[in-house]
Amino acid sequence: MTDLFSINIVVLLASLISASTPILLAATGELVAERAGVLNLGVEGMMITGAACGFIVSVHTGSPAIGFIAAAAGGTAMSALFALLTQCALANHVASGLALTLFGLGLSALLGQGYVGVKPPPTGNLELPILSDLPVLGPALFSQDIVSYLALALVIAVWLALARSRSGLILRAVGENHNAAHALGYRVVRVRVLAILFGGGCAGLGGAYISLIRVPQWTDGMTAGAGWIALAIVVFSSWKAGRVLLGAWLFGGITVLQLNLQAAGIAIPVEYLSMSPYLITILVLVILSADNSNAPASLGRIFHAPR
Amino acid sequence: MKLLKFLSGVATALSLALPSLADEKLKVGFIYVGPIGDGGWTYEHDIGRLAVEDHFGDRVETIYKESVDEGADSERSITQMALEGADLIFTTSFGYMDATLNVAKKFPNVKFEHATGYKTAPNMSIYSARFYEGRAVQGHIAGKMTKSNIVGYIASYPIPEVIRGINSAYIHARKANPDVEFKIIWVYTWFDPAKEADAATALVNQGADVVLQHTDSTAPQSAAEKAGGVITFGQASDMAQFAPLPRVSSIIDNWAPYYIARTQAVLDGTWVSTDTWDGIGPGMVGIGDISEAVPEDVKAEALALKNAIASGEYHPFTGPLSKQDGSQWLAEGEVADDGTLLGMNFYVEGVEGEVPN
Amino acid sequence: MLLLERRPQPSRFWIYSTPLLAIAITMISGGALFALLGENPVEAVLAIFWEPVFGEFSFYHRPQILIKSGPLVLIAIGLSLGFRAGIWNIGAEGQYIIGALTGAAVGLAFYPMSGWFIFPLMVVSGAMGGILWASIPAFLRTRFGANEILVSLMLVYVAEQILAKMALGPLRNPDGHGFPGSRNFQNYPSAHNAELIAGTGIHLGIAAALVSVMFAHVLFSKHILGYRIRLSGEAPRAARFAGVGTSRIVFFCLCTSGALAGLAGLFEVSGPSGQVNIDFNTGYGFTAIIVAFLGRLHPVGILFAGLLMGLTYIGGETAETRLGLPSASIQIFQGMLLFYLLAVDVLSNYRIRVKPPKTRSSA
Repeated sequence: MTDLFSINIVVLLASLISASTPILLAATGELVAERAGVLNLGVEGMMITGAACGFIVSVHTGSPAIGFIAAAAGGTAMSALFALLTQCALANHVASGLALTLFGLGLSALLGQGYVGVKPPPTGNLELPILSDLPVLGPALFSQDIVSYLALALVIAVWLALARSRSGLILRAVGENHNAAHALGYRVVRVRVLAILFGGGCAGLGGAYISLIRVPQWTDGMTAGAGWIALAIVVFSSWKAGRVLLGAWLFGGITVLQLNLQAAGIAIPVEYLSMSPYLITILVLVILSADNSNAPASLGRIFHAPR
Repeated sequence: MKLLKFLSGVATALSLALPSLADEKLKVGFIYVGPIGDGGWTYEHDIGRLAVEDHFGDRVETIYKESVDEGADSERSITQMALEGADLIFTTSFGYMDATLNVAKKFPNVKFEHATGYKTAPNMSIYSARFYEGRAVQGHIAGKMTKSNIVGYIASYPIPEVIRGINSAYIHARKANPDVEFKIIWVYTWFDPAKEADAATALVNQGADVVLQHTDSTAPQSAAEKAGGVITFGQASDMAQFAPLPRVSSIIDNWAPYYIARTQAVLDGTWVSTDTWDGIGPGMVGIGDISEAVPEDVKAEALALKNAIASGEYHPFTGPLSKQDGSQWLAEGEVADDGTLLGMNFYVEGVEGEVPN
Repeated sequence: MLLLERRPQPSRFWIYSTPLLAIAITMISGGALFALLGENPVEAVLAIFWEPVFGEFSFYHRPQILIKSGPLVLIAIGLSLGFRAGIWNIGAEGQYIIGALTGAAVGLAFYPMSGWFIFPLMVVSGAMGGILWASIPAFLRTRFGANEILVSLMLVYVAEQILAKMALGPLRNPDGHGFPGSRNFQNYPSAHNAELIAGTGIHLGIAAALVSVMFAHVLFSKHILGYRIRLSGEAPRAARFAGVGTSRIVFFCLCTSGALAGLAGLFEVSGPSGQVNIDFNTGYGFTAIIVAFLGRLHPVGILFAGLLMGLTYIGGETAETRLGLPSASIQIFQGMLLFYLLAVDVLSNYRIRVKPPKTRSSA
């Protein structure tokens, strides 16, 4: 039956949230790094490492929570390598990020040997009382797994921190003009290292969300490009935390929507639909550039303290 | 001077030692398209390789290379294996076809076996499995088990092998249950766990309570388990860790008997180029244990169907069958020929939607 | 506390010795990795670095190194022009794909006709495809100021979707039993990018890579355009005062790198790879970025960096087949090599000084 109305909106929303959570987490982390002026293209490598670490640790401890902590630690450790290269050895961001992805894919595959076909302990859903009984929105928004809520909370926290707090101001100053920030006495390198580590931790969490909740299992290369999508989302969001959420829903939503449209028997050109978020991102980029609120000015530039 | 003499001595010793070693042990190589850890396609081929090692013990040595890209990289990897002294090389993905042929021409004394292709040479065989026979058994169970009368199908790419599977499953689901309806999602990937899980969820949202998959990961199984009340079938691998529910049975690629037989043929000196397309009968396609979630009578029917196919008594594509547009394809009692099956690019009557192009 | 102090001039000594230092460190830590995996570390490292060049089957492996390095060098040379001018094209992968598609499409359109003009036409349209794809970020940057790093990266994903569409649709081999993928150019002599000298692995793409190295070298050392490119990268404001047209430089750099990436794609699809397939692109466009930086954006450096990358690919494969190493360990090994190569570069531009902790500047 080709019937558009047979798509259950509530369930669609629920699966949209689940599909967007990993990219939301990774994109939020990358957003912070980029606002500090660091362009880390190694998101995919950090995500897959997080996915492997989280999976392995939660299988051995039986606790998804400990697994997620390990995933964040794994992602952070990977990003520390990147920080070492770009902040201490002053290497190029783009090349270092690409090397990080290569390294992460290899490392995760090696770590994950012997975990194929193993089932991880389940992560429970958190049904918020009262709210989850709301019609339509209740099941979609208020009976998800805990990590989805944490991801949303994280976005809000990052938004508040960047927009309202003093450290957020410093971070943005470092990203906009590192020389001026240095002249004002801010520790540019320290701020950037912290931002990179935060990004790595978030990417690790996003990866573990895939291996522990969304799929849940371990297979080589299972993030299948999610890290690259996270990078696109940051651009789409024009480096604003609130819009990261919108971007994650758009990118996650298109995938879920095209699968649901197909299931509803509607013939759609899959390729065109799949490339549309990227085209929209380019469009957003063009509009924003004309609007003059552009990328952090020092994005991807190497800082060396003048003496 | 002394050093030179020593080195040349070593070289002579080596050159003497090497051929005799090579004569003793048959070297069998395997080229894999994915990592062994994919849990599906490549994983099963590697099980076949290990079976060869087990069976022949000291007489055979196996080597392999995983995650070999199709294209220029594959030709090099196959050549490297031939250079390393492999006597028999299995290349286990369709995309290696031309590369295998090229290398086969260069190494006339090495035997090559290419999976799922259609080009052969005097020293290059092809082999594939009639997975559609397994699909027929799946379709029957699916038709009997569905309560919503909606069966979901996760398809990879619109190629004959996948279309054949859809048709076979559909025909037999319809026979078991005339009200059954298929919902098909093309995911355009062989392996993307997250996307496969999403596709399974989308199908369940559409009312499917049976999900069949023609992709390689176990993600749809996990998604079905999470949704509850949905049954699935293992693909390529038994996926027994999901039994008895959601996984009620499976199609298993069982390459071991073929790999052992071909290795034996090389050892005996009886290897000739062949074109093998085996199904349930010779054991290349296995039907995984039907779990207790399936009622006894359905299980008995499914096993009877399996046995009829295995003995050659019944062919899953037996007329009368029409194409989707209503034109006649097979007359009463007529059986599809292999040529049509190999190039199948149409749905049978009753399947909704179009084959994407 | 350790401090970095910028050298007035990059140190010649360190420029030449840092790559060797990095390779040495990689051998040590890579060997440790292989030892952890239960392999003989010496044997594994030798299989990677020694076997392909001097080993038993080097007659086969040496040409293969060239085949693997050719596209990397060709793309990286193009990228280095932009990188020197501060124009960051990281979407070479997309330009590579589109170049391969447009070139292959022209070739397939003539099938089964034969003629001397078919291959040259394919080469031209491959380059045009790459230029087309690269001119999008160039246009958006010069007209709207949109960041070319991000636009070019986004276009890679779009190109990948187009590739899937083409391999399954219009370019699909009509005689291929419905499988995805185009006809094989190796069976279509008029469109085949064959070896120029049999057994050497040298095809037109590799020749083009060498030519591009020389071209870039002359451009940067002799030509005024090379000076302008460097000026707009090192001192953008001065460049503007000197009347260097920024838009022209942006277009020149992006389109040149697009053309070279497109050519690399065309030579690969019509030669070693043979056909358009869904996963035809193997990441050359991204690896070339690393090659460009490993070569310190210098043409000759890029040539060596490309050869080194090619060596680790071929050597890695040898180690995998011969020693049964998992392919993941080779990826880690390559990752290490890149990390070290990137990290040690700091020595050529900076001096490491030990600073007494007393004189802390106020924070």
